[in-house]
Amino acid sequence: MIVLTLNGRERRLEGLDPEMPLLWALRDHLDLVGAKFGCGIGQCGACTVMVDGRAVRSCVLPLKSAAGASVTTIEGLAEADGGLHPLQEAWIAEDVAQCGYCQAGQIMAAAALLDSNPAPSDAQIESAMAGNLCRCGTYLRVKKAIRRAAGGERT
Amino acid sequence: MSRPGFNPDPGLLELVEYAQGARANSFALARLDRRRFLQLTGAVGGGLMLGLQLGGRSALASQAADADADSFEPGVYLKIAGGEIVIYAPNPEVGQGVKTSLPMLVAEELDAAWTDVRVEQSPIDAERYGRQFAGGSRSIPDRWEGLRQAGASARAMLIAAAAKRWGVPAPECETAESRVTHPASGRSASYFELAAEAARQPLPSPDSLRLKGRGEYRLLGRRLTGVDNRALVTGERLFGIDQTLPEMAHAAYQKGPATGAVPRGANLEEIKRLPGVLDAFVLEGNGNVSELMPGVAIVARDTWSAFRAKAALEIDWDESGAARDSWADASARAAELARSEGGETLADRGDVAAALDAAETRLEAFYQYHFVSHAQLEPQNCTAWVRGGEADLWAPTQTPGRGLKSVAKTLGLNPSRVRVHQTRAGAGFGRRLVNDFMCETAAISARVDRPVKLTWTREDDMSHDFYRAGGFHALQGGVDPNGRLSAWRDHIITFSHDGKRPVVGGHLSAKDFPGGLVSNHRLTRTLLPWHTPCGAWRAPGSNVFAFAVQSFLDELAAAAGRDPLDFLLEVLGEPRWFEPGNFWSLNTGRAAEVVRLAAREAGWGRSLPEGRGLGLAFWFSHAGHFAEVAEVSVSAGRKLRVHRVTVAGDVGPIVNRSGAENQVEGSVIDGLSTMFGQKVTHEAGRVEQPNFHRYPLLRMPQAPEVDVHFIESDYPPSGLGEPALPPLAPAVANAIFAASGLRVRTLPISEEGFTL
Repeated sequence: MIVLTLNGRERRLEGLDPEMPLLWALRDHLDLVGAKFGCGIGQCGACTVMVDGRAVRSCVLPLKSAAGASVTTIEGLAEADGGLHPLQEAWIAEDVAQCGYCQAGQIMAAAALLDSNPAPSDAQIESAMAGNLCRCGTYLRVKKAIRRAAGGERT
Repeated sequence: MSRPGFNPDPGLLELVEYAQGARANSFALARLDRRRFLQLTGAVGGGLMLGLQLGGRSALASQAADADADSFEPGVYLKIAGGEIVIYAPNPEVGQGVKTSLPMLVAEELDAAWTDVRVEQSPIDAERYGRQFAGGSRSIPDRWEGLRQAGASARAMLIAAAAKRWGVPAPECETAESRVTHPASGRSASYFELAAEAARQPLPSPDSLRLKGRGEYRLLGRRLTGVDNRALVTGERLFGIDQTLPEMAHAAYQKGPATGAVPRGANLEEIKRLPGVLDAFVLEGNGNVSELMPGVAIVARDTWSAFRAKAALEIDWDESGAARDSWADASARAAELARSEGGETLADRGDVAAALDAAETRLEAFYQYHFVSHAQLEPQNCTAWVRGGEADLWAPTQTPGRGLKSVAKTLGLNPSRVRVHQTRAGAGFGRRLVNDFMCETAAISARVDRPVKLTWTREDDMSHDFYRAGGFHALQGGVDPNGRLSAWRDHIITFSHDGKRPVVGGHLSAKDFPGGLVSNHRLTRTLLPWHTPCGAWRAPGSNVFAFAVQSFLDELAAAAGRDPLDFLLEVLGEPRWFEPGNFWSLNTGRAAEVVRLAAREAGWGRSLPEGRGLGLAFWFSHAGHFAEVAEVSVSAGRKLRVHRVTVAGDVGPIVNRSGAENQVEGSVIDGLSTMFGQKVTHEAGRVEQPNFHRYPLLRMPQAPEVDVHFIESDYPPSGLGEPALPPLAPAVANAIFAASGLRVRTLPISEEGFTL
């Protein structure tokens, strides 16, 4: 059995292969489909979630390595009362998405960045986001949305 | 080499030709389609379907004051009920923004408050919605008339209802923000209050409807955020890969290493014993690459179990009928052929040989571009439930109607027993015009008699694409003693599946730039055999022709000592529309305007530091005229920095400004991503780039600033999914030349030692 904290709640996972990447546990067994499958080798970032506050590629993180950890997915980013995270608000305001498939991963990578560096420079944004591919090419808007969220109420 | 044991996909070529308006009669075809579509849907207000639907509603409404009586559902695109206006978006959303922009067309003419509107994806139903597809940048031009008419019809009926209730003449009533008002008497009612009465009004005749002029738009041209954005940023279940059904199993499907390979045998018994695996079996397929090719299916309790078992498969492949394509062989052959005249003459205007002889400046150059993959981020997937001679499929497809037919054919079902449910798609770029993944899922579900979700791995996706074809151009050009372009000779060497027609994307024609613009023009074509499927990749053909043609034009300008901007404008010449009334034909007036605007906004002609330069390119495709100027630095070791790309485009009036700019920004970044390092090479029919570690996509630190300008001409609007992409590669290549004197003639440019 693997025990982890998922979006603030303790979850006990039984009968799952400890080698199963966290991504597939989330998507197929925990009914959380926000993290996406893109490449399976940690190259595209579509599967990004936060593990103990760090942005992690869940497609290459075996479930056993997440044991005891605190995992936050896009579904757990909003406030408990339904209020959106400043990044989610900024993403809507900047109309970032095209197809939208990579966006949950982008937002989670950005959330980890802002948690550790609330006012990142453009170079710091680019460096932190370099692991997240957007096939549609929305990088300019991703950057704008992060700037907007960083400049907002969040400190 | 003999024909392999599988079939190409002629339907795809026809679809793309339609989408691009590439055929001489295509515009007539498009108009015919539109007229037929209006009749079927009743979108203009006079059609049968609208009458029937309203008849039903009217009967219902007249019976009693039940809950439905307040509902007004004029036609198939909207429903006013329960305090909201539901607008049905008829075309697939694959990232081009049509789930927002198409409903805007209805809402504009309806005078709906956008905050009252809730958008739903319409059912897939050709009888009611016509051709529902995402391709060729066709959604906006194909839906422009019909959706506005639908909104205007409903508005007229709401006004009629209000006028009747108040006993005032309808022409005295006005509408705005989901309300009808009668200014003279100060009366006002919301659309929701009027819905039930509106449903009893006679249908307005199409002639009585007056659509708004440009100056009257309240919604079109505004900057609206996408209707799915909240769901996207909260991780809701929107995409094909997110679908689930009760008792659903998860499948993986292993096809051959080369297209057409057939499994002789596999370690199925061993695979079936692996944890989580429910079944494993061979599917023979039907030999059609767009439907079901042979392979081994694994059905498991979850995706991971299916993928792990797939990795443990040992399959003995019979490749006697499989593709044996080799890029190395093809490119060597093309280099030999470049010296020949070319097999087939596509254009022969004036006397190219004489003009080249008489030219003051004469150049020859050989351009080439590799195959590339679509690499949409959501791998192919589908969820299907086939039972009792019926099938339901949830699919991220660009062509749901075509997918429905493919599935029916694969399963041997009547198409009326197959239902396709459109999901959002994690991009398309042309890959999902083909629905092989739907057929595979349907076949697996039928075999195991339960709901199944099939998910391809990235390796499956990269190895079984319908690739953008590579190609080669042997070019010769001449500039006369007056400095004018006087001769253009292009021998295109491309590929063919059937030995007769080029693959999708190989169809350079006499109408493409500079056809019709230079008095001595000769275009010939040689087809090389190629059996691995080729397909439509964003702006098919244009995405590579623009590179070769606009780069070589820049070479000629430089060799003749001309300014590239002046030279290009001179080639475009006087404003004229090659086929007046046909929006899929070049209009040199619109072309010159976007070229001038891009140059002006980019500061063309300003002095730049050593190692930095501006490059200009123009291309016309998908009814869109686009010019781009790239500003690039080249440092030691051929290291590039693309600072900024300035884009000017004319696609008529802009529908959703935010979405429109997003498409252009994305086209620039996609164009750069593709030109700098992407290639797919085949050897013995096998793809050598199975995943992103060998197929680099542009990342955020490499992205340039993009400056977008639209000329909102009064021509009807055309689409934006594609036409901003083609000029990017030559603009960057020409900027590299301006910055460094290095001429790029190969895509990707990493082949010539450049890094980004």
